[in-house]
Amino acid sequence: MGESIFWLPAASEQGEQVDHLFFLLLAVSAIVTIVVFVLLVTFAVRYRHGSKAKRGKLPNLMRRELEIGWTAATAFLFLFIFWWVSSAQLEGYSPPPDALEIHVTAKQWMFKTQQPSGVREINELHLPVDTPVRLVMASEDVIHSFWVPAFRFKRDILPGRVTQGWFTPDKTGTFHLFCAEFCGTNHSEMTGRIIVMSQADYAEWTAGQPQGDDLGKEGAKLFVAKGCSGCHAPSSKVHAPNLAGLFGRKIPLADGSIVTADERYIRDSILQPRREIAAGYPPIMPSFQGVVSEEDLTRLLAYIRSIGKETP
Amino acid sequence: MTDAAAIRSAEAKEPPSYLKAGRTVASWLTTTDHKRIALLYFGSITFFFFIGGAAATLIRLELISPEGRFFTNDGYNRLFTLHGVIMVWFFLVPSIPTTFGNFLLPLMVGAKDVAFPRLNLMSWYLNMAGGLLVLACLILGGVDTGWTFYTPFSSMFSNGYVVLAAAAVFVAGFSTIATGVNFIVTVHVLRAPGMTWFRLPLFVWTQYATAAVIVLATPVLAISLLLLMAERLFGLPIFDPAHGGDPVLFQHLFWFYSHPAVYIMVLPAFGVISEIVTCFSRRRIFGYTAMIWAILGIAVIGFFVWGHHMFVAGMSPFAALVFSFLSFVVAVPSAIKVFNWTFTLYRGQIYFEAPMIYALGFIGLFTTGGLSGLFTASLPIDVHVTDSYFVVAHFHYIMVGGSVSAFFGALHFWWPKITGRLAPDRWARFSAILMYFGFNFTFFPQFVMGYLGMNRRYHHYAPEFQIYHVTSSAGAAILAAAYLLPMGYLTWSLFYGRKAGDNPWGATGLEWQTTSPPPRENFVEQPRVDEGPYLYHPDQVAPFEEAPERRQQHDPQGKSDPTRAGMEE
Repeated sequence: MGESIFWLPAASEQGEQVDHLFFLLLAVSAIVTIVVFVLLVTFAVRYRHGSKAKRGKLPNLMRRELEIGWTAATAFLFLFIFWWVSSAQLEGYSPPPDALEIHVTAKQWMFKTQQPSGVREINELHLPVDTPVRLVMASEDVIHSFWVPAFRFKRDILPGRVTQGWFTPDKTGTFHLFCAEFCGTNHSEMTGRIIVMSQADYAEWTAGQPQGDDLGKEGAKLFVAKGCSGCHAPSSKVHAPNLAGLFGRKIPLADGSIVTADERYIRDSILQPRREIAAGYPPIMPSFQGVVSEEDLTRLLAYIRSIGKETP
Repeated sequence: MTDAAAIRSAEAKEPPSYLKAGRTVASWLTTTDHKRIALLYFGSITFFFFIGGAAATLIRLELISPEGRFFTNDGYNRLFTLHGVIMVWFFLVPSIPTTFGNFLLPLMVGAKDVAFPRLNLMSWYLNMAGGLLVLACLILGGVDTGWTFYTPFSSMFSNGYVVLAAAAVFVAGFSTIATGVNFIVTVHVLRAPGMTWFRLPLFVWTQYATAAVIVLATPVLAISLLLLMAERLFGLPIFDPAHGGDPVLFQHLFWFYSHPAVYIMVLPAFGVISEIVTCFSRRRIFGYTAMIWAILGIAVIGFFVWGHHMFVAGMSPFAALVFSFLSFVVAVPSAIKVFNWTFTLYRGQIYFEAPMIYALGFIGLFTTGGLSGLFTASLPIDVHVTDSYFVVAHFHYIMVGGSVSAFFGALHFWWPKITGRLAPDRWARFSAILMYFGFNFTFFPQFVMGYLGMNRRYHHYAPEFQIYHVTSSAGAAILAAAYLLPMGYLTWSLFYGRKAGDNPWGATGLEWQTTSPPPRENFVEQPRVDEGPYLYHPDQVAPFEEAPERRQQHDPQGKSDPTRAGMEE
């Protein structure tokens, strides 16, 4: 961190791609700028008032063809850039299924992170190098944004909605984490560190942390404590969906549409159960808005995710 | 102004100029003359420009040290919010339309006044009402949401005077709507005989397009601010996710206005530059029709790109692609305009007086700003640079490097028409060049530090960015000097400047065919138009020599001794 004040090397696979695109665009911009400046200066000098340069009728060709020519050229250039950068963007849209899942809860003015092993950190996040990392994020209050400049990664963290993003760190070291969306008084102090370690160091670090239960296990306890199991357990007499094997499945809704049971859907179903009702079930579930905190939601989600692979 | 001038105009048996058609304060405050209203606006936006500028100065001063020096975190947040709110809604949006647009639009189309003179006056009073609200907000303690008022921070969490600030913007919005309606109707119904649509100067076209954008977009801003105020004051659940609301909805509504607002700020600048570049290269504008289509294209497509402000805010990948695509498309007409201005110089007879220096500076800065827009339109790059100083630099290049340079260019170009006096050209050229370099010095480092990870709206920052902030602050000092200088020499020219004559630059355009300053009714006789715009040389022929009868060469006044110039009067 901070070896050079003139450049920040990218420290993730995606970041290196962004840099390539950036330099491509920089080259295009430099060429356009130079052309415009050279033309401006040449014309300004050559055709200054009273100079001897030849003037005369503009060739007719100069008027229409030139206009059409550079309109078309600009349009093609811009469309080409659009196509190039967007295809790069789409390629990296979906995270690999085995990505390390990190939960982030943001609040004024800190980031709370939780590893799959249950280790919790505040304003810090330890990661293994060369491993895809998927962030599952929610905010407890206002909009925040998770920005790691060295990874060229940024994603807003919204209240009332799960947002996700992913990257693959490929350099070890310590990197800045900033909150990028203005969030109030101490916005500029809502910063942290991302510590990327070699895989061996990461394993050692994880082993050295006080062992909390992992998220899924904590969620399983909550699932009972908050009363979810009263209806959703397989043995329950209430007509409610069994949640084993649910995660990631396509669910038909009462209104005829189909949703994927992802983090967003499950979260919404806990907080606003009457919004998207699964077909064939009566809308009887009460809202858990205000009953479960953001962090508890994270645990419940992890639990439901963990039983997603079981067959019901 | 002076008695001698009054005698001279009486001798020439011309009607008195608009400046002399009533001398009491009441005659100004109740005027319906578009030229006087332009000057009222000129006073108010200059006042707000200096308040917003003072805030910018304090921001740059504070950021010299990574830990800050003078302000608390809250103080700093209020400072940049104040800077944004005032500069956007009380300077940039009204700047060129309400001053030069108001003054010149009727003159350029050959009308006596705008279509609704009293509505025009009301627009200024609405702007003043909004201005008073924003000043009240400032005096009571300010607001800390940023000029974007993002929910749920603004509606549920902020402890500043959000409602007051939102109300100020709400009220000021109606003043720009009034101006917009006035311009649209004026261009439609008050054009002089023979002034067809394709004989209109491009300045009129840009004002017309701007007015259309204002009338269509500003109501959406009003709606979103009302919803924000309803949630904050009465707790109506609209954006609050705890009650099923969607905070991103506010961003969509807000940017549906605020991205077109960028074109409200920059389209009039395009018009100014087209007038200046043609006049000082003694050439017809290259591609007049293409320029008109570019203006209209920007105005229309500009409505469909708002989503590019929200690429990281949780948007479906398809929506992001569409907005990215349209953002590239809207850049095409802007590029066309740059090429057309450049080729207007080709085979011209170029004069380098102050307005032209400002215009050339505009082209340079706008090109840089526009190209940096390609970076922010690209999805993967925007994800990295959004909310960073890269974006701050990008929009300052467009709005300050672009619009403010054009504003100063317009000020120097039409100053003789507005006041009847010439500004000292040497001083003016000096401050134009100073502005160009000061601007780059201030904002170019911000591109670099933004890409390296410097966050926007950060009071405290990581120490490795200090070198960039110090450079930027040093540049800001130069820029401030370049903005203050004209205050001095333009005021001086009011008293000691040479008489301008009707058409000191030898420009085409109806506004130059009346006296400087024009009489209350603009023209003694109803002008008739039988030719296209920008006839600086006969059709199809570029000038070997520019037509001397059209242009009275004047001495740059910087050379002459001010005391002697004073005695000549």
